[in-house]
Parts: sequence; C-alpha cells; structure tokens
Amino acid sequence: MSKKRSDWESRPQARIKKWFFDGYSAFDDEIINQISVKTPDPVNHAVYDAYIDEISANKHERKLMIEKFEDQNVRSWINARGRKVFTRFYVILSFLLACLMIFFLLRTVAEMPRFGSETSPGINEVTARYIEKGLDETGAMNIVAGMILDYRAFDTLGESTVLFIAASAVLILLRIDRNKDGSPVMELIAEESDDRHYEPRNDRILQGAAKVLVPIIFLFGIYIILNGHLSPGGGFSGGAIISAGLILYLDSFGFEKAGRFFTYSTFSWVSFISLSFYALAKTYSFYMGANGMESGIPLGTPGAILSSGLILPLNIAVGMVVACTMYIFYALFRKGGL
Amino acid sequence: MSFIQIFLLGMLIVCALAVSLTKNLLTSLIVYMAYSLIMAIIWMMLESPDLAITEAAVGAGITSVLFFVTLKKIHAIKGDREHE
Repeated sequence: MSKKRSDWESRPQARIKKWFFDGYSAFDDEIINQISVKTPDPVNHAVYDAYIDEISANKHERKLMIEKFEDQNVRSWINARGRKVFTRFYVILSFLLACLMIFFLLRTVAEMPRFGSETSPGINEVTARYIEKGLDETGAMNIVAGMILDYRAFDTLGESTVLFIAASAVLILLRIDRNKDGSPVMELIAEESDDRHYEPRNDRILQGAAKVLVPIIFLFGIYIILNGHLSPGGGFSGGAIISAGLILYLDSFGFEKAGRFFTYSTFSWVSFISLSFYALAKTYSFYMGANGMESGIPLGTPGAILSSGLILPLNIAVGMVVACTMYIFYALFRKGGL
Repeated sequence: MSFIQIFLLGMLIVCALAVSLTKNLLTSLIVYMAYSLIMAIIWMMLESPDLAITEAAVGAGITSVLFFVTLKKIHAIKGDREHE
C-alpha cells in the first residue's frame, strides 16, 4: 500500500496538486503521516516476509515428511501384504479366465458332430473324391501323402517356406559370425568354452549307444521318407527323425566329428536345392490358377516304390529341408553356429 | 470308448496339469515329453498314423531337445557343474 502511495506522490500530477492546494498542505501531511504510520515499515515487512517464508518452508518440509512417511507406509504394505493380495488377485483372475476358456471350449466341443459320424460337415464331396479317385489320380497308396503332395502340394510348399523362414530368423538372432579370415571372435570363443564345460566329452556309454542307434535311426528316417507314398509318414516326420539321429550323433561325438560331414555350407546348399526344386516343381499352379499340369512322369503301379509320379522326389526334398533345419536349430541353440 | 482310451485321456489331463503346476522346470519338461507320447498313442488310436509319427518325432523329440538346450543355457537345470 505504501508503495502505491509513494508512486502517487512521485508522479508530476500529484506535485502540481500539492503546489496548487498549498494551504491544505499541513492537513495533507497529517493524513499522510497517519497513513504512513499505520503501514509497516520496510524492515518489518522484510521480517514478515521472512516469517511467512519460514512458515511456508516448514509447511513444505512437513508436507515432504508426510509424503515420505506415506510412501514408506505404502512400500512396506506392498512388500508385506500387498504382494500377497496381488498374488491372490492374480491367481483368482487367471483361474476365472481359465474357467471361462474351458467353458467356451467345452461348449464348442458339445456343438461339434460326433467323431466319425456321417452327418459331419467334413464328410462331403471333396472327401469322397479324394477317397474314391485319389489312388487313380495320384498313384499314392497313402491317401494323406497324395493329398498333401499332389492335390495340396502348393500348401505344403508354403509350410516348408514357413519352416525355412523360421530357420532364417533363428540364424539372424542366434548365429555368431566369425571374422573375415575365419578366426573366431571373442563371443564365439566364450560360447564354445561354455559349451565344452557342459558337454559330456567321450562318454563311453553315450558313444556306444549312439554307435548302435544312429544308423538305425537314419535308416528308419530314410525308410519313412522313401515310403511316404505307400505307408504312413512322409517328408516331414522322416526329416524330423533323421535330424533326431543327427542330434544324437552331435551330442555324443561333439562338434568336431559332426562337422566332418555337416557344415554350414551343407545346410545352405541342401536347403537351397531342395526348396528350389520343390518350388520349381509346384509353383506353376500359382500361375495356372491352382490347376495341376500333367507332369509327364508315369504313375506306375500303385504299391511299387517307384510310383505316384512327383510325390517321391517331393518327399525327399521336404525331408532334407526338415532334417537340415532341425539340426541347425539345435546347433544354433547350443553355441551359435556349427 | 475302451478302457485304455479313457485311461490315456485321463493321463493327458493329469500331465497337462502337472506341467503347469510343477516348480522344477526340468520335471515339467519331462512331463511334457510324456504328454506328447500319450498324444501320439491317442493319434494312433484315432487312426491317423501320419500325425502319430510326426507327434512322436517333433513333439516328444525335437521340441524337448530344444527345450533342454535352452534350460542348460539359462542354467535352470539343477546339478549343473557350475562351480568347477
């Protein structure tokens, strides 16, 4: 307030006014004095401000203290009881969710036709055609092989490609590159030493068992692939069995001995040749509007090993891709390379 | 439905519960292998031998081996010679 007054007094208008009404100057001065006495002097004001500041600072500190205290309280509650409450809540929620899912799935199962009933929508003219004419058209004793490698061969190409893409993704993520001159980088050395630490080197029992089992597993896998059009099985399962044998060999004899017949270039070349052969043999239906073409290969007598046209070579291609992919998965998971 | 089919389906449910309820990762992995094997037998009984072979080779074989390697990598298998 005093500040306002002094502002007014210092203005030229006020000075002229004072000079004009000189006769009342005493009265004016009295009033001015009265007012100025009532207003707190600057020193007092400073003290007051400081006092206010102190109070507010105290308040702020108090507030901070209270906040800290509350925060600590909340933290201790979280650590002690909150975790239990949260866990219980989580368990209850997941239980409810599982019950809901089970309810809906069971409802769906109840709505489905009985297993093998004649009225199920799965049994229609497509199935009848496959069963009646499948043997004549594909030459495969195994209807499933005839379906996936002849009628639906383009779908199977997509499946193989998906597997190949998965292998590429794992390669990008897990492979540790060597230097350009072929010497291993530090990370690879560390991984190899870590792997050697766990690997049961020269385990007599494992090696003896592997010596007996691996050839049998290989033979069984090759049998399943080559007989894919005659008996249950085919490229995918046979390839998986062969890769299981490869993994057993790798586990018992180590990377050095396995690297003598299976290196990284083996993987890339086998995958490339098999996939491109499959693509060349079957992608034409993509351009022909999903229509099959005459392959020109005689179907042969059903039941003979050399029959059913393209199914046998396609089975071999799929089997090689699957075997190589699974094996390289294992090698990459173990130490990031072959 | 024959007795053995009911028994296998029951074992399937027991295995599925055991996989999620066991604390030890190695144990749950082995139970998972058993689940895949039972599933393979059930596929065989449902007259789809192709699926049975694939399930036995991929589900019980390759997948479990990959899981084993991962567990070994993250040092989750107890009894590892970690302190050597």
